[in-house]
Amino acid sequence: MMIYQGSSDRLEKGKIDWMTISFYFLFVLLGWLNIYAASFDLENATGLFDLSGRAGSQLVWIGSSLLLAFALLKIDVRFYETYAFLFYLIGIALLLITLVVAKEINGSRSWLIIGPVRLQPAEFMKFLIALSLAKVFNAYGFRLMERRNLILVSAIILLPVLLVIAQSETGTALVYLSLILVLYREGLPGGFLFMGIAAIIYFVLGIKFSDTNVGIISLGEFITLLLIVIFSASMIRNYLKVLRPFLMMLLLTAVTFLAAYILTLFGISIDWGITALAAFSLSALYLIFLFFRYRQRSYLYVLLFMIGSFLFLESVEYVFNDVLQPHQQMRIKVTLGMEQDLSGAGYHVGQSKIAIGSGGLTGKGFLNGTQTKLKYVPEQDTDFIFCTIGEEHGFIGSAIILMLFMVFILRLLHVAERQTSVFGRVYGYSVTSIFLFHLVINVGMVIGIMPVIGIPLPFFSYGGSSLWGFTILLFILLRIDKSRNRN
Amino acid sequence: MNSRNTLANRKKVIAVAAVIIALIYLVQLFHLQLLSPEYREYADSNAFLRRTLYPARGAIYDRDGNMLVYNRPTYDVMMVVREMDQFDTLDFCRTLNIDIEQFKQLDADMRDRRRNPGYSSYTPQLFLSQLNVKEYGLLQEKLYKFPGIYIQSRTERQYNYSGMGLILGYVAEVDKNRMAADPYYVRGDYVGKSGIELSHEEDLRGVKGVEVLLRDAHGRVQGRYEEGRHDKAPLSGSDLTLSIDVDLQAYGEQLMHNKVGSIVMIEPKTGEILCMVSAPTYDPAMLTGKEFGANYLSLENNPYKPLINRAIAGTYPPGSTFKPAQGLVFLQEDIITQESRYSCFGGYPPLGGRPACHGHASPLAIQYALATSCNSFFCYGLNGMLSNRSKYSSIGEAFDIWKDHMVKMGFGYPLGVDLPSEKRGFIPNSKFYSNVFKTERWNAHNIISIAIGQGEILATPLQIANLGALIANRGYFYTPHVVKEIKGRELDEAYTTRHESGINKAHFELTVAGMADAVTVGTCRGINLEPFFEVCGKTGTAENPHGDDHSLFMGFAPKDDPQVAIAVVVENGRFGASNAVPIARLMMQQYLQGEIPESDRWLEQSVINREILPYVYTRNLPTRQNETSNQEVE
Repeated sequence: MMIYQGSSDRLEKGKIDWMTISFYFLFVLLGWLNIYAASFDLENATGLFDLSGRAGSQLVWIGSSLLLAFALLKIDVRFYETYAFLFYLIGIALLLITLVVAKEINGSRSWLIIGPVRLQPAEFMKFLIALSLAKVFNAYGFRLMERRNLILVSAIILLPVLLVIAQSETGTALVYLSLILVLYREGLPGGFLFMGIAAIIYFVLGIKFSDTNVGIISLGEFITLLLIVIFSASMIRNYLKVLRPFLMMLLLTAVTFLAAYILTLFGISIDWGITALAAFSLSALYLIFLFFRYRQRSYLYVLLFMIGSFLFLESVEYVFNDVLQPHQQMRIKVTLGMEQDLSGAGYHVGQSKIAIGSGGLTGKGFLNGTQTKLKYVPEQDTDFIFCTIGEEHGFIGSAIILMLFMVFILRLLHVAERQTSVFGRVYGYSVTSIFLFHLVINVGMVIGIMPVIGIPLPFFSYGGSSLWGFTILLFILLRIDKSRNRN
Repeated sequence: MNSRNTLANRKKVIAVAAVIIALIYLVQLFHLQLLSPEYREYADSNAFLRRTLYPARGAIYDRDGNMLVYNRPTYDVMMVVREMDQFDTLDFCRTLNIDIEQFKQLDADMRDRRRNPGYSSYTPQLFLSQLNVKEYGLLQEKLYKFPGIYIQSRTERQYNYSGMGLILGYVAEVDKNRMAADPYYVRGDYVGKSGIELSHEEDLRGVKGVEVLLRDAHGRVQGRYEEGRHDKAPLSGSDLTLSIDVDLQAYGEQLMHNKVGSIVMIEPKTGEILCMVSAPTYDPAMLTGKEFGANYLSLENNPYKPLINRAIAGTYPPGSTFKPAQGLVFLQEDIITQESRYSCFGGYPPLGGRPACHGHASPLAIQYALATSCNSFFCYGLNGMLSNRSKYSSIGEAFDIWKDHMVKMGFGYPLGVDLPSEKRGFIPNSKFYSNVFKTERWNAHNIISIAIGQGEILATPLQIANLGALIANRGYFYTPHVVKEIKGRELDEAYTTRHESGINKAHFELTVAGMADAVTVGTCRGINLEPFFEVCGKTGTAENPHGDDHSLFMGFAPKDDPQVAIAVVVENGRFGASNAVPIARLMMQQYLQGEIPESDRWLEQSVINREILPYVYTRNLPTRQNETSNQEVE
C-alpha cells in the first residue's frame, strides 16, 4: 500500500481550521479533568498523572490521539477517498470477527482484546461509513433518489447497523442511523424526515396516554388522531399550495365535534372516541373526493400518510408491549415520566438528576461533588460524565459546556457546507450528524429527557476507543477541509 | 441551481433544529439546578451519614449526695452481612450462649424489613442487644474469628437503690407522638417516660452531637466530611440532686409494705419533698435492660396499680385533715372567733345528729374542736358562712369566696410539683352545685359533708402534706418539688417563690395550738413524741363505701421550728389513729431523731407486718374510676 504524504501538502495553500482544533483541545482537557473528578476515590485518591488511575490512563489515550491527529493531518487527502471502500470492508470484517471472538463484557460483545489494548471496532466504523458514503455520493452524476443508489446507500448504513445490533450495541447502531441527516442534506425529501419525527410523536403520545380512555379509544389515540388530521391538512397546504382543502379538513373535524356536542345537549350520550374516529374518516373521505375531483397524486400520497399513520398508531401498543423487552419498556416509561422506579430502571436517571440538580447555580466545586465521588451515579466517568460537570460546576458550568458544544457543532456544519467537493461535504455532514446525535442523546439521557441509551459524550467520556474514534472522525474532516481549494 | 439552493438551505434547518434542542436542554438544566431545591436534599441524604453522638444522660443523687441513678455501658452485637465470609456459626452461638434456632430467629428478625426498615447488607445492623460485661468480654476475645461482627456500646440506666421507681421514672425508646412533637428525637432514641426522667428530660438528656460522614452508594462509610469541620461534640446531660432523703424514702416504703396508700414529707421552709412514698411501688431496675417488656406488662397487669404514683395522682377525700383549712377560712372571714362556741350532742343538731360526732365536752371553741376533731363545729361554721346574707349577697358568692381560700391553700388545682401526671383533686365551686341541684337555691345543709372534708372534696396526699407545710409556716408555702439542684442552672422560679395564703398569722397560731392539743390530749396522741419535740397533727378518717375507711394523718414537727410536714394516707386503714398515725410517728422519728428508739421497735414491727390490701382492687371490675367516683357523699 502506498501512502501519499509530504509533497502535495506544501503545494496547497489551504489553512487548517484552528477554531475547530481549539475546541478539540479544550474539550479533551476539560474531559480529562472531569474524568479525574468523576473517578476520584476518597479513600485512595490517585494523582492526575498516575497511570493506574482513570485520569492517568485517559492522559495516555489523549497523547496517542494527538499523535494520531498529527499523522492524519499529514496524510494526503486523496488517500481517504481512494481507499474508502477497502477500509469499509476491513471494518465490516472486524465487526464480524468481533462478533465471533469477543467475550461478553457488560452484556455486549463489542470488545476486541489485543494484548493489553481493548478496542471497540464499532467506534471506528463511524468514520468508515462516513468515508464510504462520501465516496458514493461523490460519483459523477450521482442522484440519491434513484432506486439503485438508495439501495446502495441504505446498504452501506444498514449492514454495520445490523452487525452492531448483533453485538448488543443498540446505542451505536442508532448513531449510524443518525447519518440519515446526511441523506436529508443530499436530497432525501423532507417528508421522510417528517414521517420519522411524526412516528416518534405518535409513539410517545400513544404510550404516554395509553392509560386514560376517551370513549372506546385511549387518550393517546384520541390526541394522535386529531394530530394526524392536522398534519395531513398541513401537508396539503405545503405541497399543493392550496388553502381551501386545508381549511375544509379542519372545518370538517370541528363541525363533527360541534354536532356531537349539540347532540349531548339533547340528552344523547356521545362516545367522544367514536366522534374522533368519525372526524378522521370524514377527512379521509374528503381526500378521496379531492383526488377524484382534481386527479392530483399528491392527494393520494397524503391519504396514504393518513392511513399509514393510523396503522402505525394502532401497532404502537402492540410493538411496545410485545416486541420491546421489559427493561426497554421500563426505560421508555421512566423517560416519559410514567414510572418512578428509583431503585430499578429509573435508578440511573434518578441519581443522575439528583447529582445535576444538587449542583445549583455554581456547583459544589472541583472534586467536591458528593454524588459522583460516592458512586451514586453509575458509569459516572463514561456515559454519565455530564453529571460531574453539572454537580461540581452547577448551572453555569453545564450551560457553558452545552453551549460550547453547540457552537462546535455549528462550526462543523459551517465547515461541512463550505466544502467544494461532494466528498468533503458528505463526509462533513456525516461528522456533524454523529457529533450532534451523541450530544443530543447523551446529554438528553443524563438530564432525563431521553431514554437511557449508552453512548459516550464526545471527548469527555472516559475511553480510548471512543476518543480515538472521535479524533479520527474530526481530523480527517480537518484534513479534507484544509485542501478544499485544491481544485 | 434552484434545487441546489434549497438543499443548501437545509443546513439552516439542521442548525435551527440543533439550537432548539440545545435550548430545550438549557431549560431542563435550569429547571433541575435552579428551580428544584429538592435535588439538593436528596443528594445530601444520599451522601451524608449523620451519625449521632449520644451524650451521657445526667446522673441523679439524693439530698445527701448518694448516687441513685447512673449509666452503665451495655453492648450490642452488630452484623455486616456482606463481610461475613467463612463464618463459624456454631462457635459464634456458643460464645453468645444461644442455640442455633435462636440464631436463625435473630437473623431472620434482622433481615425482616418490616421489623427493621433500614436493613442493608452493607451496613452494621443490630443483631443482638444488651450484652452484659461478661458476655461482652467473651465475644471481644473471639471477635477476630468473626468477620462482619462488631460491638457497639450504649449506656443503660442503672440504680443503686431498689426503691422510688415512681419518682425516678424510667427511660425507653421514644414513641411516634413524642418524635412528632419534638424534632430533637429520632427513631431509636431513649427518652424519659415517667417520673423525673420525664419531667427533667431536657436537663438529663444533654445535647446530641453529630458526626458528618460520607456514605457511598452501598451505604459504606468513606470518611469524614471535610475533615469533621461540620461535626459537633455531644453535651452531657446535667446531674440532678433530689430533695429526697433516700434512707427516709426506703424506710417509708418498708412501712407501707403490703399496704396501699402514700406518705409525703415536705420541708416547710423550702417546699423540698423529703420523701414521697406511693405503695405499692416497684424496683426501677425492673424497667431497664432486656426484661423491660415482660416486667412492664406484669406491672401494668398488677391489680394494685403500682405504676400510679398515688402521692400525686391518687385523690382521696381528705376527711378531718381538711378541718384546719376550714377553720382558717372561717376565722379569716370573721364567721367565728377564737371564742365562738357551738354545741355538739354526738352529732350536728340542725340535721338531727348527722353527721355524727364522738364524745367530748360541749359547747366548744375552735382550738378544742380541732383537738377533738368535732364534726358539728365545722358544720356550724360552714353553715354560718354560707348562710350569712349580711356579709355575702348570695350563697354562690359566699361559696366561691370559700373556694378561693381553698385554692390559695393549694387545693383544687395541681400544685405544680416537678413530676408528671399530677392530679388536681377537686374543690367544687358554686356553679358546680347549681348544676348538680339544677337550681341556684341550694343551701349549706345540702352540702354539709364538705365541712368535714368528705363529699365532693378530693385532695392528693401531696396537697394534704402541703397544707401541713402551710400551717407549719404560719401562712405560706413553697411549691413542693423533688429536684433540689440542677447542675449548671438555677432551679425554676416556680419553686423558689413564696405562695401566700392570704390568711392572718394569728389564725394560724390558733390552728397550730389546736393541732398541738390534738397530739397531746386529742385524737392523735399516738404521735406524741415529747419530750424530744412537739408534734402538731390532725387525723382523718375518710369514709369509703367500697370498704373500710381510709386512714389519714396530716401534721408537722417540731411545733415552733418546723422541720418537716407530713401526710399519710392508708387506703382502708380505718381510723386515722390506727394506721396513719403510727406510720407518721415512725417516719418523724426516723427523720428527726435519726433512729427508732428501742421502745418503739414493737410498733415498727407491727406496722411493717400489717397487711391492708383493699378488696376493691381485686374485684373483677374497672377499678380506679369506680374508686374515686364512689368516694362521694355517703
